[in-house]
Amino acid sequence: MIVAHRKNIQDLKAILAPHKKILVLGCGGCVTVCLAGGEREVGMISSALRIAYRVDGDEHEIHETTIERQCENQFIEEILPKVQEVDAVLSLACGAGVQSIAERYPNKPVYPGVDTKFIGILQEQGIWTEKCAACGQCIVGFYGAVCPLTRCSKAQVDGPCGGARNGKCEVSPEIDCGWQLIYDRLKAIGQLDRLLDPAPLTDWSKSHEGGCRKVVREDQRVKTPTSG
Amino acid sequence: MKSGSKLEKLLTAGEFVVCGEMSPPQSADGEQIRKKSEYFRGFVDAVNLTDNQSAVVRMSSVTSAILALQNGLEPIIQMTCRDRNRLAMQSDLLGASAFGIKNVLCLSGDHQSMGNHPHAKSVYDIDSIHLIDMVRNMRDEKKFECGEEMKVEPRMFIGCAANPYASPFEFRVVRLQKKIEAGADFVQTQAVFDTKVFEEFMKLVRQRGLHEKAHIIAGILPVRSTKALLFMKENVSGMSIPDELINRMGGAEDPKEEGVKIAVELIQQMRGIAGVAGVHLMPVMWESIIPTVVERAGLLPRPQPAAPEEEQPGEVIPTVD
Repeated sequence: MIVAHRKNIQDLKAILAPHKKILVLGCGGCVTVCLAGGEREVGMISSALRIAYRVDGDEHEIHETTIERQCENQFIEEILPKVQEVDAVLSLACGAGVQSIAERYPNKPVYPGVDTKFIGILQEQGIWTEKCAACGQCIVGFYGAVCPLTRCSKAQVDGPCGGARNGKCEVSPEIDCGWQLIYDRLKAIGQLDRLLDPAPLTDWSKSHEGGCRKVVREDQRVKTPTSG
Repeated sequence: MKSGSKLEKLLTAGEFVVCGEMSPPQSADGEQIRKKSEYFRGFVDAVNLTDNQSAVVRMSSVTSAILALQNGLEPIIQMTCRDRNRLAMQSDLLGASAFGIKNVLCLSGDHQSMGNHPHAKSVYDIDSIHLIDMVRNMRDEKKFECGEEMKVEPRMFIGCAANPYASPFEFRVVRLQKKIEAGADFVQTQAVFDTKVFEEFMKLVRQRGLHEKAHIIAGILPVRSTKALLFMKENVSGMSIPDELINRMGGAEDPKEEGVKIAVELIQQMRGIAGVAGVHLMPVMWESIIPTVVERAGLLPRPQPAAPEEEQPGEVIPTVD
């Protein structure tokens, strides 16, 4: 899932200050699962904003709603009347959701209520960890299903740097050395011989480095009479 | 000769080489390099110019190396994958070669979070092994990484680093093998303090015959205080410092003298290990101690590479009209 973390209330209060009527918009997708921007958080952030403004004697009208997903137009359409009523939207979705709302309502100010962190997993209750860098061509099959681009702080695909200590990364003892994880996995599945294979240079053109990406599936597109 | 560098000539001739390491200034003061050159000229065979070591901004390695060359030293430029993508690396190699620089040490580089610009974006477009392969390809095949050809190739003697102390230990010799197969001609190791682990590492190196494919130069780091040892033990990644050594420095009346003694002893031990082709002295910010250490290790005078064979003047044949 996409993991996000809520922004500081004081920062939100400041950025929304010019707008009297605000819609706090939750998303039922990843941010609900990672407890950053679902219905529950919409309630909490709305209450916090109301209190914060009231302390200053400011009058702001805070509306709340949560849709199934902010990254699909089908669900965004549902809230058209609510968006028209307010001066600004505070989207608690990931960065994609925020932009999707802004694209649909081009004349409405839209602000992010969370910081989008990474593609990751719930490691244990209360702890989410990064697993995927969305490089555009998954290579984990060569590395015992451990991603060197994500798990190694230097994105090294051809072995560990000289900085690892006791299986931990030189960046922080809190971070596992990605190459220790790869080594342990390959050992466990009997594929240590893979370590001698030279890794090809990473083709960064498949990643964001190649420009903003798009996936097109012709078989899924709705053909209009003009598009043939 | 792959590069014709002095370092290559000496290693090929079987000399036990001595390399040094200079930190370029944290300013635009080129004069510092001229001054520091005095500590190296005539005492070491080649000098590494570090590349923003510990991710702290300093004068660039290539420009420092040009200054070192002008001051009579044989420079080894260091090149990390942290600050440059493949375009910048190749263009720097072309420029360095045009200035007469003939040695390069290919490194991953310390992570930017360890230095004085922790908010910087790192590059890591390619790995150090890819860098080695790229330099070899430029030199031997006259090809850029993209496959396009060049007219005049950078003739570099290619170095890599090896750290016997970093985890996973079992992988370290494999990694060195990959670097040598990619094209590394010489190897400079992490500073050796723990000789037991180093000897074990060299045993594995010899088992794979790696010492016959590349020249292995052992890192020696002269220290002048217990504090320095403790700092490295705690903060410098991939270092192993035995407690006996810390106790020995702690009990010394003159820590500087003790530091020199330890360095000299380590050099002697390295000379006794099969497959070690030289030592690399890296006295971090204590370059002035180099002449003393080299002299007391009995490594003076430094050898000069044999002069290229003069062409024998042929018999003068009188021209007949």
